[in-house]
Amino acid sequence: MSALTFTLKNRPDQRVDMSPLACHLLADLEPVQIATIELQCGKRKLCVDELFSISGFDTQKIIIQNSFSKLDYIGKDLNGGEIHVEGDVGAYCGISMQSGLIKISGNTGIYAGCEMKKGQLEISGDAGDFLGGALPGNKNGMKGGVILVKGNAGDRVGDHLRRGTILIEGNAGDYCGSRMIAGTIAVMGNTGKHIGYAMRRGTLLLWNQPSLSASFNDCGQHTLAFLPMLFKSFTHLNSSFANNAIAFNRVHRFAGDMSEIGHGEILVKI
Amino acid sequence: MIINGVTIDATFAEAFPMKGTRAIITAQNEKWAMIAAQAMTGFATSVIACGCEAGIERVLTPDETPDGRPGVSIMIFAMGGKGLAKQLETRAGQCVLTSPTSALFAGIDGGIRIPLGKNLRYFGDGFQTSKVISGKRYWRIPVMDGEFLAEATTGQVDAVGGGNFLVLAQSQPQALAACEAAIEEMKKIPNVIMPFPGGVVRSGSKVGSKYKTLGASTNDAFCPTLKGSTKKTDLSPDIESVMEIVIDGLTKEDIDKAMRVGIQAVCDLGAENGIMRISAGNYGGKLGPFHFHLQEIMA
Repeated sequence: MSALTFTLKNRPDQRVDMSPLACHLLADLEPVQIATIELQCGKRKLCVDELFSISGFDTQKIIIQNSFSKLDYIGKDLNGGEIHVEGDVGAYCGISMQSGLIKISGNTGIYAGCEMKKGQLEISGDAGDFLGGALPGNKNGMKGGVILVKGNAGDRVGDHLRRGTILIEGNAGDYCGSRMIAGTIAVMGNTGKHIGYAMRRGTLLLWNQPSLSASFNDCGQHTLAFLPMLFKSFTHLNSSFANNAIAFNRVHRFAGDMSEIGHGEILVKI
Repeated sequence: MIINGVTIDATFAEAFPMKGTRAIITAQNEKWAMIAAQAMTGFATSVIACGCEAGIERVLTPDETPDGRPGVSIMIFAMGGKGLAKQLETRAGQCVLTSPTSALFAGIDGGIRIPLGKNLRYFGDGFQTSKVISGKRYWRIPVMDGEFLAEATTGQVDAVGGGNFLVLAQSQPQALAACEAAIEEMKKIPNVIMPFPGGVVRSGSKVGSKYKTLGASTNDAFCPTLKGSTKKTDLSPDIESVMEIVIDGLTKEDIDKAMRVGIQAVCDLGAENGIMRISAGNYGGKLGPFHFHLQEIMA
């Protein structure tokens, strides 16, 4: 069965709420029914077939073609199935995702994977701010699953991260891992200012020495047994993180943020 | 039935239901993984007085262990789930947590989850941290040599304990040599352990005793020095020594396999090496519902 494919006809001026086009919401619907679903576009509601040409049948594998940065909420609450996006996406991609797979060939806007619970979000381009974070006012960010960014990520990566793993092959912006409660963020590139700001627990795994605030204390150099297991868990990913050659277990450990409870750690590859 | 001059008695071994679990111990090298495994499975020959029966299943290569280090697989069996959990936790805490460079992982993914490192984490006094990797929770407990890594839980499954057979020989050295040969082969079978010292027990027991406080006592029917004094000896004049191999396993089939290869190894030595008979601990159905008929196993 061929994938259900939505090809954007023209780029609307207003932002589009794509949340109705998630696999679990489309299960058991025929393409004719899907074409009549209304999408919020600015202050108007547009039927799916006004924005997209539709082909294919498999509602559990969706392809969105010609996507651009104003298509918001792609894969919101996704509960199973796959969404493959060709192009950029807007804000809130994969927000509160419960399971399944979202692959983005381009860049994402702000709050990608925010408050996601499980599943996998793969971003081939760059990610905006608050990747895997919490919505303003909420206390818990991402609670599970894996976010993989092959490019760079913006500021506040994993803000309020509760559980789960965020992997960034490129650089991360300022306040990476801010207010982390637990979970793991790995950054192969460089990190910005105020890394781990107010983090409580969790692990920031870095390939390059960051600029650390005074509220992180040096715990020395160590061989940690869990690191090979962590790297082994990445081997199924289509990523540099899956490469055995990049795995290491010798790290320089910094504990913090001591202005919080200080049970978090920044591990820097030696 | 006679195999290579060895008589296989028309009898059966009686075994009983137990709860079992497996854990994987790794360390910097095989030597230290084995030391931790031996400590953890020590004083665990019989539930009669040890609280559990435990043993080393096999040595694991680095590519078979979760953390890629040399390891040892151990199994623990107890009469109930509560007792098993207590034994597992106590032994893990005193014998593996304390052993240099060790780490401890679940050896059974299914079954009822029982604590492995889940409560040991409190040794970390608040400095412990957990990591969920591929859906499994691991505890990192800071210790003086670095970090003790322990999986939170392991699986408890229904199991079978007390499978056994007796080797009856013309002399003590011949009985022991036959048992050693049997254990060598039985160690190759997965999912079983032979919990007694070196896998062999020389003090097989019967149910009950003339002393009211004892639930088990020497199996006088198979004691060669009592041939003339006990009323119900099961030994002919030419048998001078009897040794027993006890097997605990995850399933009846696992014990079947272990008994078959063990008895075969004994029979391969044959009558020319002084092996006269193979018998089994049969307590008339008082002990358990699993019956291992020797002649059926060797058919």
